[in-house]
Amino acid sequence: MSRPAPIGLLRASMVLLRKDLLIEWRTRARLNALVFFALSTLLLFSFALGPDTKLLERNAGGYLWLAILFASTLSLGESFRIEAENACLDGLRMAPADARAIFLSKAVGNTLLLVLLGSLLIPVMVALYGVKVVLGVEHVLATLVLGCMALAAPGTVYAAIASNARARDVLLPLLLFPLIVPALLAAAKGMTLVLQGDPMNQLKSWYGLLGGFNLIYWGLGFLLFPRVIED
Amino acid sequence: MFVFTTAVLPLLILVLLVTVGRKFAHVTMPIYALILLGIGHFIGLAVAPPDREMGDVQRIMYAHVPAVWVAMVALTTNFVCSVMYLFKPGWKTDSLAEASAEVGLVFGAVGVLLGAIWGRPTWGVYWTWDPRLTTAAILLVAYMGYMALRRFVEDPEKRAVWSSVVGIIAAVDLPIIWFSVKWWRSLHQVQSTPKTVDPAMQLPLRISAYAFLALAIAFIMYRYRIALAERNAEVALPEALPTDEASAKRTPGVA
Repeated sequence: MSRPAPIGLLRASMVLLRKDLLIEWRTRARLNALVFFALSTLLLFSFALGPDTKLLERNAGGYLWLAILFASTLSLGESFRIEAENACLDGLRMAPADARAIFLSKAVGNTLLLVLLGSLLIPVMVALYGVKVVLGVEHVLATLVLGCMALAAPGTVYAAIASNARARDVLLPLLLFPLIVPALLAAAKGMTLVLQGDPMNQLKSWYGLLGGFNLIYWGLGFLLFPRVIED
Repeated sequence: MFVFTTAVLPLLILVLLVTVGRKFAHVTMPIYALILLGIGHFIGLAVAPPDREMGDVQRIMYAHVPAVWVAMVALTTNFVCSVMYLFKPGWKTDSLAEASAEVGLVFGAVGVLLGAIWGRPTWGVYWTWDPRLTTAAILLVAYMGYMALRRFVEDPEKRAVWSSVVGIIAAVDLPIIWFSVKWWRSLHQVQSTPKTVDPAMQLPLRISAYAFLALAIAFIMYRYRIALAERNAEVALPEALPTDEASAKRTPGVA
């Protein structure tokens, strides 16, 4: 009788990611809430600043990332709240699979959701703020993916911590916002360059910063996450 | 000889106080800190010459710079304890991590506040978005989050592991914040090293730095004892902790 081989890290991550996406697809609650939340944030920025289209257009990159950041705290918190139902996280922990697969699947899932949100927001911004995409869609997508990955990796670790603490709704932003400053800076600067053109060729260095941030925090999250969810 | 009496001797006494005289350190360390503080600030305020451009305002340096240095030392201690805890858990490491983070936060806040007071007469503003100031502000907020996490988790073991993870992640972030903000707003500012400071000002700065270090060690020692006693009480009396039923009855979203 042969013993069944333990499931590999990537296989386990894919299975978990499929499960999360399936839950998301069947309810569609999270994405709907996120989109409307982020849209109203974008609207609120224009109300707070008045109908000065020049001002809105100039700062559009920053507003987009603030809207995504605020929405991400909802999304990250929700991604662990669904595991709390029926003690699902305990079940996942007991499964004979690598705990780091949970991190990978959650972080990738959150990245996908945020990229989807961002790509829905950009056409709205084009209409609301009158921005033009100077540097082509592939740069928009690259900035979005890099920025959302940078939000998702440390966000997943912190959401796992906050979801078990008291006052979790306060704790996640309190921990995440100061941490995310370099990524937010780089993503907002990068997006502004993509929307307004890049005559000084600065985009590469901001991509470099985002890439380095991603490398460090995906690595750290991968290493530390099993300790966060152990019981 | 001069370097020996001002740089090596105070450090030697400091090391002796925490190693050989460990038993009485909780009494001797604050006294030592106050003596050094008195000497350092006396020289800084009365003996050292005023700055050529800034005048007497510059004397705030003897408190501002040591406060920031000591905050760095304390937060580095926190990082080391966080890493150590994940490899070898123990209440002593966790208590030292808590104590050093809190003391580091206090000294960092004092340093930033003094810097703002110093900035007003010399730069004309309390605050500018210079990389160093911005990094310091983010650092303070990040460690406030760390302290909040410690307050919000009741289970001592989980609290220790999670705060270690957060301590590591926050400490790793600091150099990245520094570089990103530097790119974001590159305002040139010369780093102060002993070489850029006049020898007449070096002496009070050095003694004040040792005074602040001794003060921070004294604070950390007292805070460490409290933290360790709290841990022991929590572990000895787990029934004093809120139970799962109590947290289930709590209204969701309300702390």
